Amino acid sequence: MTTPVEPEETARERGLTVPGYRRDHEVHPPLDFSGYKSTALRHPKRALTLLPHMLTEITSPVLGEDRIGELDNDLTRQHDGEPQGQRIIVHGRVLDSDGRPVPNTLVEIWQANAGGRYRHVNDNWPCPLDPNFTGVGRTMTDAEGRYRFTTIQPGAYPWKNHDNAWRPAHIHFSLFGRAFTQRLVTQMYFPGDPLFFQDPMWNSIPDPAARERLVARFDYAATVPEWALAYEWDIVLRGREETPFETEVDDD
Amino acid sequence: MPDTTPSQTVGPYLHIGLPWPDGPFAVEEGTSGGIWIRGTLYDGAGQPVTDGLIETWQADPDGRFDHPDDPRGAVRRPGFRGFGRCPTDAHGAYGIFTLKPGPLPGPRGPQAPHIDVSVFARGMLHRVVTRIYFPEEQTANAADPVLCAVSDPAVRATLIADATDDGYRFDIRLQGENETAFFDI
Ligand SMILES: [Fe+3]
Repeated sequence: MTTPVEPEETARERGLTVPGYRRDHEVHPPLDFSGYKSTALRHPKRALTLLPHMLTEITSPVLGEDRIGELDNDLTRQHDGEPQGQRIIVHGRVLDSDGRPVPNTLVEIWQANAGGRYRHVNDNWPCPLDPNFTGVGRTMTDAEGRYRFTTIQPGAYPWKNHDNAWRPAHIHFSLFGRAFTQRLVTQMYFPGDPLFFQDPMWNSIPDPAARERLVARFDYAATVPEWALAYEWDIVLRGREETPFETEVDDD
Repeated sequence: MPDTTPSQTVGPYLHIGLPWPDGPFAVEEGTSGGIWIRGTLYDGAGQPVTDGLIETWQADPDGRFDHPDDPRGAVRRPGFRGFGRCPTDAHGAYGIFTLKPGPLPGPRGPQAPHIDVSVFARGMLHRVVTRIYFPEEQTANAADPVLCAVSDPAVRATLIADATDDGYRFDIRLQGENETAFFDI
């Protein structure tokens, strides 16, 4: 349904309608997922109220290069020595669901070391920390929405969710996009991981095709001889709805 | 057209990747007129959530954004980022230092001053979103289109912060009694 277009003056006095972002609920995991035990007490039980997209929802912080240090996109060079493990390049594009690149947006990552251990006080599984690996990276996408990290292949790690539970190897990603509605935190996985079948994070995504969108592609063309294997992973954020001013006025 | 990428949890180790040293400061530390928004994140058993992350996004005191998609034009206010990010501590508490936002135009009249909030945590496969409103804005709140869409007064009350000595208190309850009103964004 559309509203008739008002003369500009009246519209300005009475209000301001802005184009929103398309909703994509069917893509995301439910907040209540019995396979992931910690969701039990951490999901709202009341139905969500629809929030129409207005000025606060279609804007977001414009974060600049000043948030990024010189070596923030190279997790192998943040210490005096090199970290243990297989050196990899992870690169790709941030797009919206209209296929448009999302330029100049902050991409943040964190991950376990080659043995699957995080540099975190609560991670104490019996695998050594690597003195040369912090596991944190940041970069901005370029004008074409491209990002690129150099890091090491993270290891799988055990957790206590179910009997013999192991997380498939993954890298945590956090993205802003250009609007509050586009904010996304997710995880990138590696092709052919044998641990997917028992992983509730993976299985929580209702559509099997959507799960596959979390898996990077091994990229032989971008693999650097005698240096690093490459993986390519594109991240797709929500695209725009048509603007109300571009739609036809209803006659009924 | 490509389909969107699904969300996944921040997991238990979000603290190594997400907090920023200046994260809680949506406006520069020491800015006059600054307010602290403090609160605790609770789970459905009433226990504090100690591995969560709160993010806030808001207009400046004039109701403006430094963003190209605002049709009124981008307005940059020195020292003001408008975005706050704070992990919850060992007591489930967070704090954001900011300026009170001004009212904003909405599609059918003004919106009351508000702050958009995202909550991330271990055990949450996707963020949840809520809004903070201000207790002294009764008239504006009564006409706000989002508050008005929450019909149950008890539920609506979960969106209004409490005034404190240095700003406001806004607790977030993910589930259970007085569960916070969350939005389909
Ligand atoms: Fe992890």
